[in-house]
This record gives sequence, C-alpha cells and structure tokens, in this order.
Amino acid sequence: MPQLECQDIVLGYEGNVVITDLSFSASEGDYLCILGENGSGKSTLMKTILMLNTPVSGQIILGDGLKANEIGYLPQQNIVQKDFPASVREVVRSGCLNRCGWRPFYNKTEKQMAEDNMDRLGISSLAKRCYRELSGGQQQRVLLARALCATQKILLLDEPAAGLDPSASLSMYSLISSLNSEGITVIMISHDIAAALEYASHILHLGGGSCLFFGSKEDYLKNRSGSMFAKPEVDKWLK
Amino acid sequence: MVEIIEKLLLYCQFPFVRYALAVGVLIALCSSLLGVTLVLKRFSFIGDGLSHVAFGAMAVATAMGLANNLVLVLPVTIISAILLLSPGQNSKVKGDASVAMVSVGTLAIGYLVMNLFSKSSNLSGDVCSTLFGSTKILTLTQDEVMLSSILSVLVLAVFVFFYNKIFAVTFDEDFSTATGVNAKAYNLVFAGIIAVVIVLAMNLVGALLISALVVFPALSAMRVFKSFLAVSICSVVLSVFCALFGIMVSIVAGTPVGSTIVAMDILGYFAFCILGFLTRRSKV
Repeated sequence: MPQLECQDIVLGYEGNVVITDLSFSASEGDYLCILGENGSGKSTLMKTILMLNTPVSGQIILGDGLKANEIGYLPQQNIVQKDFPASVREVVRSGCLNRCGWRPFYNKTEKQMAEDNMDRLGISSLAKRCYRELSGGQQQRVLLARALCATQKILLLDEPAAGLDPSASLSMYSLISSLNSEGITVIMISHDIAAALEYASHILHLGGGSCLFFGSKEDYLKNRSGSMFAKPEVDKWLK
Repeated sequence: MVEIIEKLLLYCQFPFVRYALAVGVLIALCSSLLGVTLVLKRFSFIGDGLSHVAFGAMAVATAMGLANNLVLVLPVTIISAILLLSPGQNSKVKGDASVAMVSVGTLAIGYLVMNLFSKSSNLSGDVCSTLFGSTKILTLTQDEVMLSSILSVLVLAVFVFFYNKIFAVTFDEDFSTATGVNAKAYNLVFAGIIAVVIVLAMNLVGALLISALVVFPALSAMRVFKSFLAVSICSVVLSVFCALFGIMVSIVAGTPVGSTIVAMDILGYFAFCILGFLTRRSKV
C-alpha cells in the first residue's frame, strides 16, 4: 500500500484552478521528483499534501501507517528567518514539537533526537551558532535536521538546492539520496531536471494545468511524450 | 549623590511610588517578552495600533460613564488584536495597512467621542494623560495594582508554558502547521496576551509610547545575542532595568514617567549597538 496516494485531485487557491485530474502515489523508499515550470502548481501541490491547502476536489490518502503530522517538510526560506535570532539547536529541536502535545518542554528523548539528527547531517559543530549567520547550504542542513526530527518516514523538499552554489547543491543532493537509501521516502520539488534524473526513482511532470507524466524514471526516459518536455536536458544527461 | 538616594528613599515610603515601581516593572517585563516575537513577525507597529484601539475604547467607556474602564477596553482590544494578527487567507487589506487603518481610525473616533461627551473641564489635559500616561502611573489604586499583577503573572505563565510553540510558530508557521502544531490557535493565544499587555501598558507609558516598550528592548537584545532564549531573557532584563531606572529618574528630576522610560530604552539601544559592534569585532 502506498504511503501517499492522490486520486483525481483538482488543485487551486483563491478560486483559481491550477491543476486538474492529478493522480499519483508514492510508496515507502521511493524518491519522487516533481518537475514543472514556474506556476505549474508544484508549490500548491506541496501545500496540499501538507494539508495547508484543501484540494478543490479529489482526495489524498495516507497509508502504510503514515499520519498527517509525520510528514517532514523542508520549506523554502522565508523573510522572517533572515534576521531571526535562533541557535541551530533551537531550530532543530523545534522539529520535535509534534511529539510534545500539551507538554510545554522537550524531554530527554527529544533532545537526544535533535542531537542525533545534527550528527547525522554533520552540523553538530554548529549547534550553538546563530542560524542567520550560516551559509545557505548549512541553513538547508539545519532545516533538514529539523524535518528529520518530525518524521522517520517521508520528507517533502521544496527546491532544496535553490540558491546554493554548485558544490553545496551537489552535497545537498547526495545527502538527500543517502537519507533515501536509509528507507526514507523522498518527494522533491525541483527545477533541476539533471538532478532529478540522476537521483529520482519516479518522476511527476506538471505543466499546462495538468499532469504530463507520472511513472518511473526509466519510463520517463523511454517515453517520448515525457522526455519531449525536457528533451535537451534528457539528451545531455543520456550522454 | 547621597542626597539623591535619600530623596528616593523618602519617596519610596509613599505607597503610590511603590505601586508605580511594581507595576512599571511588571509591564516592562511583559511587553519586552512579547516584543521579541512581534518584531520578528514584522508587527512592530501593532503596539501602537492596539494602544490607539484601547484609547478609543477608553474614551467610549468614559463617555458611557462606566465605573471600571477595563470592562469595555480589554475585550475590545483583544478582539482587535485577533482581527489584526490573524487575517484570513483572502483578506483584502494586509498586514501593516490594516494596522495603520485601525490605529488612526480609533484614535480619531476616541478623540471625537471625548470631545462630544466629555464632562471634564480639562479636555486636552485628559487626552494628553491618556496618550502619554504622564500621571496615571502615580495615581494607581491598590485594586489596580492587584489586577495588573495578576494579569502580568498570567501573561508570563502563558508565555513560559507555550514558549517552544511560540518559537516554532514564529520561526516557520508552515512547517509547524504541516507537522500538526495548531499554529492558528497559538496565534490567537498570542494576540490575546498582546492585547492584555497593551491595556496594562497604557497605564504606564500611555498609548503613544507603548511601541517603544515593545520594540526597543527586543531590538537591543538582538544586536548582541544569537539565540531566541538569550534574546528573550536579555530583553526582559534590559526592559525591567530601564523601567526602574526611568521611574526613579522621573521622580527625582520631576520629568514625565513614560517619556523618561522610553529615553532610557533609547540609551539602552545605543549601548547595545556599540556592545554588539565590539563583540563582533573581537570575534573577527
């Protein structure tokens, strides 16, 4: 049973329909990459999966024991965070909040979990540093560590390499891929077709208000109608 | 120097001076605590806006001849805070614009009502003291001191209890909502306690100077400290210090209480700017 299944959903906000008849699913251990131009509805889709928006019609089904608050989310940075005085440890710990319920403070297990996840992403040495003073790549790792505190099952990444220099984005992608090989399902929004073809197991290509392609990467490469949308990049990658 | 201390000790024997010091400290504490979050949420001007709402409500309450102004002022301010801080997805007027509208509108209506229905012979004096709080803090009754104390303790307790949630929701509302934290509810709670603090603070510094109490300690602390916890604690300590010192100076020098406290806050800000500059220099 897939962890996440979308059936014939229609997406939109403020009365505008953005995408119609979208169906896809993601199972445990998948690495699904959502491709599409600006304005094709990628971010709306992501917000809908996170239950921040409600779909206009259709339904999103969570399965395989996944609960709605167990989706780890790596958002794009917002302006508030640019001058937010917060230490790395404080940010990472805030990922544990969904375990707290009414309890006002973190317990030992949760604090340990934050430390473990900082270790896992190689940012333990930054724990006391101020979040806003880190480089873009380091900030992304901090937010990823926070997302890992919130989930052990599925990660939703919104343009994880946006604004990173080539070497930082390469290490970000390989980090994500190593998390994926540990069994965490990854759903990633990206502009970066080359990276999608390198790492993803499945591709969902949005465009023109509907779904252009959904299937495995191999099919995407074979399927003319799929690769047609991204022919130059696909050709370059195949070389 | 000895003279000044003797003068202060003499004044401290009067209950109204002790009341002023106690309430001043409590309000400085609460407003600076919330200030950090408000500044970060880009709502620095909400203090100003809500204090004008409270001013308007106070004018209406006085015109209606209510014995206790708070009965009307507190609920009206809380509702306004909720409306301003939790705008719906499809609100036509956003953020700073709605604060500006409410702020100017209620100020005008308040003054209008005061003018039309005031029984007092010294209208401009009344307006001046409501806005600048020049003498109000020195005329507190025991009941008012009790009420202020209870409300500030309540605000403090709510803030400490929800500290981690407030941090998470301020830092990243989408992430918090997505991982099952009810960000909307926390925004409501937060709006409620802001309204309470503002109504309280009107007693101390008056409507116009509340923004200073909210903004200065938080911004000062942010110049030096790097973590949310350190910034919160530092801004509270600084704010309490400035309030105490400001009240004492105003007693000794006979200056208006509110503006003296704010002047202290401004001095504190510059001191922290220099401190922040020096610590950054020494690190590099």
